[in-house]
Amino acid sequence: MNTNALVVVLVAAIGGAWSLLAPDNALASLLLLVATGLAVTLRGVPRAVQSLTFVALTFLFTLVLRREPALNLVFFNPAFYGLLAVLLSSLLQPIPRWIKLLLSVSILFVSVPLVGFSNPFLFELGIQVGIFAALALGLNVVVGLAGLLDLGFAAFFAIGAYTWGIFGSGDPDGKYQSQASKFIHWFPVSGLDGNLLYLFIGIAIITAAITGVLIGLPALRLRGDYLAIVTLGLGEVVRVLANNLDHPLNITNGPQGITPVHRPSVDWLNSFTNFLGVEKVYGRPLDAAMTYNLFFYLLVLVVIGIVIIVNVRLSNSRFGRAWVAIREDEVAAKTMGIPLLWTKLLAFATGAAFSGTMGAVYAAKQTFVNPESFTLVQSIFFLAMVILGGMGSIGGAVVGAAAVTLLNLDILKNLSDYLNDMRQAGVTFLGYNFANLPSQLEPAKYERLVFGLILILMMIFRPEGLIPEKRHRLELEKE
Amino acid sequence: MSLADLWSILPQTLLEGLLLGFVYAMIALGYTMVYGVLELINFAHSEIFMIGGVAGLEVFRYLSNGKGLEVHNPFLLLFLALVVGGGVAGLVAVLVERLAYRPLRKRGTINRLVPLITAIGVSFLLQDLVRAIEALWHNEFFLRYPTYPLLEKTFFLPLGMTIQTKAILVIVIAVLMLLGLNYLVNHTKLGRAIRAVAQDMNTAALMGINPDAIISRTFLIGGSLGGVAGVLFGLMYTVISPYSGFLPGIKAFTAAVLGGIGNIPGAVLGGLVLGQLETVGGTYLSFLTAGNFGSEYASVLAFLTLILILLFRPQGLLGQNVGEKV
Repeated sequence: MNTNALVVVLVAAIGGAWSLLAPDNALASLLLLVATGLAVTLRGVPRAVQSLTFVALTFLFTLVLRREPALNLVFFNPAFYGLLAVLLSSLLQPIPRWIKLLLSVSILFVSVPLVGFSNPFLFELGIQVGIFAALALGLNVVVGLAGLLDLGFAAFFAIGAYTWGIFGSGDPDGKYQSQASKFIHWFPVSGLDGNLLYLFIGIAIITAAITGVLIGLPALRLRGDYLAIVTLGLGEVVRVLANNLDHPLNITNGPQGITPVHRPSVDWLNSFTNFLGVEKVYGRPLDAAMTYNLFFYLLVLVVIGIVIIVNVRLSNSRFGRAWVAIREDEVAAKTMGIPLLWTKLLAFATGAAFSGTMGAVYAAKQTFVNPESFTLVQSIFFLAMVILGGMGSIGGAVVGAAAVTLLNLDILKNLSDYLNDMRQAGVTFLGYNFANLPSQLEPAKYERLVFGLILILMMIFRPEGLIPEKRHRLELEKE
Repeated sequence: MSLADLWSILPQTLLEGLLLGFVYAMIALGYTMVYGVLELINFAHSEIFMIGGVAGLEVFRYLSNGKGLEVHNPFLLLFLALVVGGGVAGLVAVLVERLAYRPLRKRGTINRLVPLITAIGVSFLLQDLVRAIEALWHNEFFLRYPTYPLLEKTFFLPLGMTIQTKAILVIVIAVLMLLGLNYLVNHTKLGRAIRAVAQDMNTAALMGINPDAIISRTFLIGGSLGGVAGVLFGLMYTVISPYSGFLPGIKAFTAAVLGGIGNIPGAVLGGLVLGQLETVGGTYLSFLTAGNFGSEYASVLAFLTLILILLFRPQGLLGQNVGEKV
């Protein structure tokens, strides 16, 4: 056994023992995080040792996270980032495939729900990451593979969300009538049954894809640069329509948005968790909110799984190659007999379909749809995910979505809370009294600054992204 | 509203459209000049415009806050605001070019998306940077231009039109700036260099022109024009915030494309056309659709026009048809 392997095992063992003895100690988790890093970075660690370390670390991190009952934030929580790091590094390291599968399945389907029952924020985070990852994958087809800069991508998300929001809203008491019944007089006031969401996910795919074609038909005839501005304009048009189509016919309910939107029934999931004995472990049955958290988490996982498979199959198909050809050189691609408009339209429709799917899920999950969720900032947010991860790379899109969502939902928000606390306590740091900090300066409101910086720095220093696409990487190495 | 009423408000609507059109034209020039030399849609230009507006406002504030130096003449105040607004905006534009776009150019990126995405990033960064500065400084970032009775004075014109002093000033200043730019580009050495770089950067370099210096100056000129437009915009419509550059910026870009991007007279024409389209469209849309679709659809109208124009005349109204470089 070589020394590097010994170091990894030793650090992991000390960290593990420490964290088992003192689970509240963040330093113990930090040591485990270091062990994860060492297992990835040190050279010559045998694969068997690496795999075993990852398995042990998964177990330990889950245990630590489970033991912290009042854990409301993942901000600065080494155990949370440890779990994330293990997931990521096990997927990227050259360890046997069945261990990769075992690790990711156990982290995604066991660790996260186990921790999530005591800390719902983790579910929330998982669901959001999943939704945005699907959107990033959709945009990845358009921007990453086909090289078409779409700045109005949130429009398709909106189409999906409104498709379910309009027909699946209302409540049985009749306090709120369903949105569809406001402009279709024979439509039931209580709206459609929540279980029809599954059908409407399919319908959302179709409506979003059709919208993609409709927007694409004029836009895709244009030269590259113009496309960006036209899609931006059309994205604004969709938002203005959503905002103003409450008259003459009340289709979208204007700026107030649509609420409540139905969710599918989760009785089957309840009986399943009871069967698994979750009730006994937690001493209480899961409440409705928690079951829905679990349900949407699982639903998003399933959808994202399908989206990834479709994406992989597509990018290796004839169409995928045609898209990359168009990205690299439009004129050459045309000369090779690729029908430009048709191929671009297909990319647009595919991307739109992915985002429409998640739009419907998002509407059901939030039980609320309003135009504010589909602004240009949102579109740029999706673009930042794709760019950060690496244009054209599937793993990159998922990692980018996770990083940007984490940044937005957790880190910036907590930084704001932290600064607020400092201001209220009047802490003095390096001669600066935080009580003087202007109240308008809230890091959570500065997401544009962060995304802008991400886009600029990535473009200057690492245009191929964090996890570059294989084709792209080969191309850059050649030069 | 009857047809006769609509007819009687037409002159006033056209006048307001002209005013908006001049503001758009001045911003559009910044887009078109940068596109001319770099073939880059400088998304950050809308923020340069906003920065000019905010900097001009700071001049108004500083010189009338009752502490130290005070200027009471609104015309002098406006002049100082225009100089500072234009200057700051021009400098920021040069800085943006130096820090964000030049490194990309030096590396010689093949992918056209790279500079475009950088420009979007710069645009977002500048919005929140200005917001942060204003928040730290004044603890507010939705700012309001001061009003002066002397500038608000209304004059009556024939055909039932009315115009305020500040509107006259906006038109006069805009026309002067446009004429000045025309002279600069067509009759000076710098202008000839700019046109040479726009036509062919490498050949221009062979002729002894330093393309980097010319690009810098193009950004300076375009940025200052945008900054002056920002001050005029603030003066006319009174409210300015870190986010108020976005919509005028997008519309000015639309105007530049409408007129033929890269073409200077085209940008002015496009701005004027778009200004009319939006004001007249916004006013009359409500009447034409019996009140169902009001002025909130004005921007929809502008974007749809852009698409139609691009479909049928991709080179714009005054642009020449250039084949794609292979």
